[in-house]
Amino acid sequence: MTPQGSILRSLTLLLAGVAAVLSILSWLIVSDFARRAVGRAQDNVLAASVTSIAETLRAEMGEVQLELPYSAFSMLGAISEDRVFYRIVAGGRLLTGYDDLPGIAEGDLEIGRVAFATDDYAGETVRLASATRIVAVGGDPVPVTVTVAQTRAGITQVASDLSRRAALISVVFFCIAVLLSAIAARASLRPLSDIAGAVARRGPSDLRPLHRRAPSELSPLIKALDRLILRLAESVRRSEDFIAEAAHRIRTPLTTVRMQSELALREADTDADRERLRRIIRAVDESSRSAGQLLDHATVAFRAEDLVRDPVDLSQLARRCVESIRPTAQMRDIGISLRTDPAPVRGDAVLLDTAVRNVLDNAVKYSPQATDVLIVVGQSEGESFVRVRDEGPGLGTGDFDDLTERFRRGPTAVDHVGSGLGLTITRDVLRAHGGRLVLENCNDEEGNGACVSLILPSG
Amino acid sequence: MRVAHLALWLILSLWSVASAQSRLEERHVLEGTSGRVLRILSTADLDVFAPYLAAFAAENPAIGLDYSVVSSADLERMIREGAGYDLALSSAMDLQFQLANDGFALRYQSEATQALPDWARWRGLIFAFTAEPAVVVIARNAVADLTIPTTRRDLISLLRDHPDRFEGRVGTYDVRESGLGYLFATQDARATEAYWRLSEVMGRLDPKLYCCSGAMVDDLSSGDLVLAYNVLGSYARERLAREGSDDLVVVEMQDFANVMLRTAIVPRQAGAPDLAGRFIDHLVEIGLRPDPAHWPLPPLSGIGNAAAPSFGPIRLGPGLMVNLDWLNRRNFFRAWENSIRQTVDAAP
Ligand SMILES: Nc1ncnc2c1ncn2[C@@H]1O[C@H](COP(=O)(O)OP(=O)(O)OP(=O)(O)O)[C@@H](O)[C@H]1O
Ligand SMILES: [Mg+2]
Repeated sequence: MTPQGSILRSLTLLLAGVAAVLSILSWLIVSDFARRAVGRAQDNVLAASVTSIAETLRAEMGEVQLELPYSAFSMLGAISEDRVFYRIVAGGRLLTGYDDLPGIAEGDLEIGRVAFATDDYAGETVRLASATRIVAVGGDPVPVTVTVAQTRAGITQVASDLSRRAALISVVFFCIAVLLSAIAARASLRPLSDIAGAVARRGPSDLRPLHRRAPSELSPLIKALDRLILRLAESVRRSEDFIAEAAHRIRTPLTTVRMQSELALREADTDADRERLRRIIRAVDESSRSAGQLLDHATVAFRAEDLVRDPVDLSQLARRCVESIRPTAQMRDIGISLRTDPAPVRGDAVLLDTAVRNVLDNAVKYSPQATDVLIVVGQSEGESFVRVRDEGPGLGTGDFDDLTERFRRGPTAVDHVGSGLGLTITRDVLRAHGGRLVLENCNDEEGNGACVSLILPSG
Repeated sequence: MRVAHLALWLILSLWSVASAQSRLEERHVLEGTSGRVLRILSTADLDVFAPYLAAFAAENPAIGLDYSVVSSADLERMIREGAGYDLALSSAMDLQFQLANDGFALRYQSEATQALPDWARWRGLIFAFTAEPAVVVIARNAVADLTIPTTRRDLISLLRDHPDRFEGRVGTYDVRESGLGYLFATQDARATEAYWRLSEVMGRLDPKLYCCSGAMVDDLSSGDLVLAYNVLGSYARERLAREGSDDLVVVEMQDFANVMLRTAIVPRQAGAPDLAGRFIDHLVEIGLRPDPAHWPLPPLSGIGNAAAPSFGPIRLGPGLMVNLDWLNRRNFFRAWENSIRQTVDAAP
């Protein structure tokens, strides 16, 4: 399953996008604000300058007199290093200053009020402030207009410095916001990953409901998960029940048939009848065996799906199997010897028991009377093994691995009841555990016979 | 030693008095090896400025130097009229500032000018390279039995109490003739009320009026003057050091001292602004040296070390333009003439 995008990433990107938009927006606002503020500061100083000059206007000896106060210009120098120009016109005639300095349209001028304009002068943009005052010269009212201009380069510089600083702050804010977004996204997704972790950590057969406290958005998911788990648990239990039930249902009538057949055999009069009944008994045995092996096979397939990995010691497991098969062996005068070293593995004890039992069963079944079966359990090169060798006919010639195919029986199987599933089951169990089955004929000083090894990774 | 430096140069002309250059007081042409010439228009006398030229020539032998001395008013007029100079050095801060303000200066920036403190440059158009206080110079024997005045108030009482000693032997700038004199006077008038009282007291003593600090120092050392007010300290000290005499006392006023910044601008018509920039760097580097003891003009770095609290350079800013307005000028001249020229006017 390839993941389709990541909530964490898209959430982080989304939040970062929002942060970027906000950062740019705030930068634009601050820049604009700085420009306005600086512009207003310049206007205020220009107005103060104009006013302070206008205040010195007076009539003296029949002419308009004034004194440019030092502060009128020095205050302009205080806000920025900008060029300063001025013009004072009395009654339409230049009194002092820069004659070609543009003025402010007559209409915009109002007595006693400072008017502003932006214009070009001396190759630069200038901000102009102008005020008109009436001075009475010899009884005649003479309008005197004081205009002070300052270039904008310096204050534009100040504004763009502020804007640059604002940009820097915005970038820092953005970085912090992205960091916080990532943290926030991670924090809000934590319940989800907690649940995923809780589910992942579970053992394969742990089918209890989750019963977790989760944020309200996630509780539908939890509930759905819990329902699914419940259904799964139910269906697993039903399958197990069904297998057990099926085995029981097949075996019980077969047992009855066998018992009746045996009774009939004892009472049979003719050799032909006896022969016929023996065949029935044998067929019943085969059916019974086949049913048992089919069930085991199904169990293996079922349990291997979701393998339990418990610590199991093969030496103890082998000992139990030997004890359970010894009565059968003794009937045919077959001696079983066991040589064990600890051989720990991780796996499903039930399945491993089935595997070992099938191999032992073969050894006892195909060995002639009064022979020995040797079982060696141990560990070598990180692998645990159970080796079963007998003194029987061996596995014959040809490819032994064919014997692990379903329902495949070898040449030695004649006269022996069996289904051909034993080695299949064994191989499937070992594969599910990451191990392997090795089939050999051993021809050495200890004699001939089959030598079957179950090899599993130690654990 | 300065004479030795001068001897190294090829001096093409001295005291050029051709009518076309009638404004030029002095002119020196020093040939370089490359044929490129830096034309400098300056208000600083060659006596004082020669070592700066020598040092530049030693570092840049390829560049020729053409150094002309004019009055500060002439300098301003010539640059305004578009005379072909590459660099203008002037002691009249107000005139230099107005040139820069009115767009007659080219912008220049370098590592050296970046190192200048804010008060020593304006908009990359104008650069200060010396900080020179205005001082009072007094003949020692004239006040031998009196305490040397350290404030204008003391100076006023000294002049008022001993008219016999000072009558006709007091000198100061003629503010109508000297741009620097006018700058000092207007700054004084703005800073302290005592200026006008002092002017009146001096005016009663039949003062001699001068165009330049050099002439005042000449008369002081010859004994024609016993006290000069608002002399450039650099000229006075340079002269004292040269003559090794102990007759004159240089006094910096403790109540308030004007510090003039000698400034450089690159005129708009400059043909070699790159050379001008190099010369500015040269001047600024000398001006910022922590111990420029070997140089005749005081360093910028001297500012702030002075003991007097009111000691600070005249601010380079639009405030300077106020004094240049003809109405303000006319009013100031009237007031000044009323106070200082009373005896002169009284005896036409
Ligand atoms: N120890 C052995 N000695 C000789 N032949 C063997 C031995 N083990 C297995 N075989 C051969 O391999 C064949 C396959 O064995 P497998 O256990 O799968 O089937 P089975 O024993 O015939 O039937 P069952 O399902 O009842 O065990 C056997 O039919 C037999 O011919
Ligand atoms: Mg078998």
